[in-house]
Amino acid sequence: MNKRIYLDHSATTYTKPEVLEEMLPVFNEYFGNPSSIYSYGREAKRLVDKARDRVAKALNALPEEIFFTAGGSEADNWALRGVAYANKERGNHIITSKIEHHAILHTCQQLEKEGFKVTYLPVDKYGMVSLEDLKNSITDETILISIMYANNEIGTIQPIDEIGKIAKESKIYFHTDAVQAVGNIKIDVKEQNIDLLSLSAHKFYGPKGVGALYIKKGTRITNLITGGGQERGRRAGTENVPGIVGLGKAIELATENIDSYNEKLLKLRTKLINGIMERIPYTLVNGHPEKRLPGNANFCFKYIEGESLLLNLDMKGIAASSGSACTSGSLDPSHVLLAIGLPHEIAHGSLRLTLGEENTEEDIDYVLEVLPEIVQRLRDMSPLYEKVKGGNQ
Amino acid sequence: MYSEKVMEHFTTPRNVGEIKDADGIGEVGNAKCGDIMKIYLKIENDIIKDVKFKTFGCGAAIATSSIATELIKGKTVEEALKLTNKAVVEALDGLPPQKIHCSVLAEEAVKAAIEDYKKKHNK
Repeated sequence: MNKRIYLDHSATTYTKPEVLEEMLPVFNEYFGNPSSIYSYGREAKRLVDKARDRVAKALNALPEEIFFTAGGSEADNWALRGVAYANKERGNHIITSKIEHHAILHTCQQLEKEGFKVTYLPVDKYGMVSLEDLKNSITDETILISIMYANNEIGTIQPIDEIGKIAKESKIYFHTDAVQAVGNIKIDVKEQNIDLLSLSAHKFYGPKGVGALYIKKGTRITNLITGGGQERGRRAGTENVPGIVGLGKAIELATENIDSYNEKLLKLRTKLINGIMERIPYTLVNGHPEKRLPGNANFCFKYIEGESLLLNLDMKGIAASSGSACTSGSLDPSHVLLAIGLPHEIAHGSLRLTLGEENTEEDIDYVLEVLPEIVQRLRDMSPLYEKVKGGNQ
Repeated sequence: MYSEKVMEHFTTPRNVGEIKDADGIGEVGNAKCGDIMKIYLKIENDIIKDVKFKTFGCGAAIATSSIATELIKGKTVEEALKLTNKAVVEALDGLPPQKIHCSVLAEEAVKAAIEDYKKKHNK
């Protein structure tokens, strides 16, 4: 394969050289266990503390409010279960949305089996929750609101400031899964009244297998991983020191460069979306027109199926993703696309292109050159398309 | 995840298209599930002279349609009726477990087209 273009940055990103550079000596030189009292341990401990400071600074939190985890899913599991178990005397009701990541949805379903009640807020056609719906679902039993910051599939950014206000006024904990948002959107947990926030390093050019949960001081939460006294007794297990160091450097770089990064991605995305809409008929853009992640573009191409689209793109060297059933490993297409009201047959034809640091105008030109041909080829093969060909749809 | 044979049939599918004056047409699956296969047959003296297909679906759906048309072309109607999904899977050097239903769909599409032919020709 000659040309390769990576357009799946919401799935994962590469680790930046500056990040890797800080991580490498931690594997062999500063390999000590941060819990050890001798110098090896103290060195490692200092590195973990430095990373914690960097994360805290990026979120406007205190260092002692940052807890490192093995990634976004653990942070989500911990936030939900930890708050639910610690506050069950106060109530058993949790509010979330229908378009959350499975780390939230499947955990909520488990909690329902354990006797908690969960409200899954619907979203509008742009994927936005309604603040009225949120207010109306709050009961005396509500202990936690968990709404994602930005959606991983369609990129829609939720009204986090307003949700934070509502939660604060109602004295309910507010957790946000910000895995897709960190590094793309400026976050201030104090200003935005966020009590808990999940993040994951590999979404902003850090390493995989490491994330963090911000827990506001004073939040009642039980532990998820029990064992040793690491993370001030809140999260057991010897720290993934190289990963944590990488996370710290990556979040620092991401927040420093956030404006120029956004500007760059927005420009490329506008070119991409406009170019595709001009060239390919019977196409929908999913997600909110403005309130969306700068690098996210999500389309549905009617009359074709997403997996065959991805395979064709892959053969042309383009890495992308889809919410079709075939790619999710289930019979139904993406729950997010269904929640914004798309019929199954249209949701099957979805394509997500998520831009990043290394993408260029030439990359977009290349996509605009090859994608129309691929879509047309698949449509020519589709019995659904022959019914509309020539007509208006 | 796909065998080379599947990818080969997916990238260069055989017998794509329609037959205007087809003797039998079979359409199975539904858009809701993400797979529709439509097979057109041209039959002379009980022999499948020509076959074309159109498919909406994943890589496996396109590949199974393609190989199924190859497997029945030139065969008698009775021989074509004996096509099984297992034969389709074998001819493609295997399919991932979650894609086996595509081979079932291919078998059903062939059978539906032959049934349509029989009905139209009072056989």
